[in-house]
Amino acid sequence: MLKYLPLLWANLGRKRLRTSLTLASIIVAFLLFGLMQTLRVAMTGSPELAGIDRLITMHKTSFVQSLPLAYLNRVKGVDGIVVATSQDWFGGIYQEDKNQIAAFAVEAPTFFEVYSEYQLTPEEKQTFLQDRTGVIVGPLLAERFKWKVGDTIPLRSNIWTRKDDGGNVWPMKIAGIYQASNGDNQSMYFHYDYLNESRREIRDMIGWVVVKVKDPDRSADIARAIDDLFRNSSTETKTSTEKAFIQGFANQMGNIGKLLTFVAAAVFFTMLLVTANTMGQSIRERFNEIGVMKTLGFSGAGVTFLIIAEAILVTGLGGLIGLGLAALASKGIGAAVAQFFPVLGMPSATWGIGVVLILLLGGLAAAIPCAQASRLKIVDALRKS
Amino acid sequence: MADESLVRLRGVAKDYKRGAETVHVLHALDLDIPKGDFLALMGPSGSGKSTLLNLIGGIDRPTAGSIEIAGIRTDAMSDGDLGRWRANHVGFVFQMYNLLPVLTAERNVELPLLLTKLPAAERRKRANAALGLVGLSERAQHKPRELSGGQEQRVGIARAIVSDPTLLLCDEPTGDLDRKSGDEILDLLQALNQQQGKTIIMVTHDPHAAARAKHVLHLNKGQLGREAAA
Repeated sequence: MLKYLPLLWANLGRKRLRTSLTLASIIVAFLLFGLMQTLRVAMTGSPELAGIDRLITMHKTSFVQSLPLAYLNRVKGVDGIVVATSQDWFGGIYQEDKNQIAAFAVEAPTFFEVYSEYQLTPEEKQTFLQDRTGVIVGPLLAERFKWKVGDTIPLRSNIWTRKDDGGNVWPMKIAGIYQASNGDNQSMYFHYDYLNESRREIRDMIGWVVVKVKDPDRSADIARAIDDLFRNSSTETKTSTEKAFIQGFANQMGNIGKLLTFVAAAVFFTMLLVTANTMGQSIRERFNEIGVMKTLGFSGAGVTFLIIAEAILVTGLGGLIGLGLAALASKGIGAAVAQFFPVLGMPSATWGIGVVLILLLGGLAAAIPCAQASRLKIVDALRKS
Repeated sequence: MADESLVRLRGVAKDYKRGAETVHVLHALDLDIPKGDFLALMGPSGSGKSTLLNLIGGIDRPTAGSIEIAGIRTDAMSDGDLGRWRANHVGFVFQMYNLLPVLTAERNVELPLLLTKLPAAERRKRANAALGLVGLSERAQHKPRELSGGQEQRVGIARAIVSDPTLLLCDEPTGDLDRKSGDEILDLLQALNQQQGKTIIMVTHDPHAAARAKHVLHLNKGQLGREAAA
């Protein structure tokens, strides 16, 4: 099939301005699509972060309300639970307000049991577990601020103040740089004990509990059992799957994500239709040449193949450039809003969906000209010269 | 002559529908054209010359009758078979050249060979050989808009002969050219007929062009008139 490539390529150069504008439209459409996918995932939650065997127990009212530390031990006793750990939101800022960091105070020993996808070298893990002010950071975060293991960094909290000096700057010593297979590479985790013993506001309170269950099929029963433990107490809980929890967190953004998605989708499909029409027009203008090719012996199927291949060449070229730009742009945006969306970036599935859309757009652009070309009699086509 | 016919038409008729009206373009034609002939088809506009040429070339189908080329009934072939047959046995030369404007002369000539399994180098070699035969080797990398009308028609002829067809069908090949360029094209066709043994059927209005053929047939209102030696 490569032998037809020069012919297909030459056809793209027929009307360069039109080809350039068509390509530009496709690039913009797919750039928009890539960003739309990124936003959709960011706004509706980051399911990549969620483990299927994890449940989150939080305050029934909102995750910003704290739970008593004692709840952690009670939850650990529920049947069907492998291990449970706690987390607390720190609200970290490094040096300037724009450098917001997703920092969590965790129960360090159990953290790695619940989140087995977070890996450290044995030495780093040992150092982290032994040092109360130790902290582990994601590789992108370390790279962004040029941090290395052994550095002590002053992290400011916009929630907690230190009871010793009344300040809100917490020295943290980098014990390790983790690798996480779930895509979270911009967060920071440190010891809950350090936070709990040093903060002025409250003591022996945690943000939420993360539970690892033996059998994910029993998640609903276990969640109910946990919530039943604290029913009718002053601090009732709500337990849900980790995915639902992450989405609940993202839903704080309201319906902005949905709205953006709808607007972007409408613009995307309008551009696709306009592009398909332009490409179809450029092929219809060449019916005489199609007649000549059929005269030379090209079959109806052969001509159809060439029309579809040309359309897909244009959509493929534009689509892949557009998606590439979207991936780059998403990376840039992701770095800027890492605190809120630690895995923000174009989801890998976007490439697959993009390829399907490229084929669909190419097919859509070629469909009508193909139908017309197949109906076209050679003698009628030749008369169009 | 009939026994050695390359082209044999029996009772060939062609009707067209124009709205509710049926137009009878060709009426029960019988025609035999021997191998190696150079036949000029003449006649007034609308007499059916081009229609007859299209039927012989297998790009149109008769309403009635049979068409046999080198012993093969082309009127009974499927569209796919007819396409393959055209690619192997017929070369077309058009009045308006009908080259693909985005391709170089070499790529235009190579076009029919894309349907073969020849490797790229061989296709290129044959295309250049055909261009050499029409005297355009040095213009191989030029696009049609960079060529004169006569040169474009030479490229058209090179494209028609590159797959070494049995039959060369020319529809007003000099109709869009000045006399000098037209004469050069006719010289070329004559040489192809005499030196390469190509059977050529040429539709023309021009008696000067028809005079280069071995035989001239006149069509009038869809019926064959007298046959004359040129």
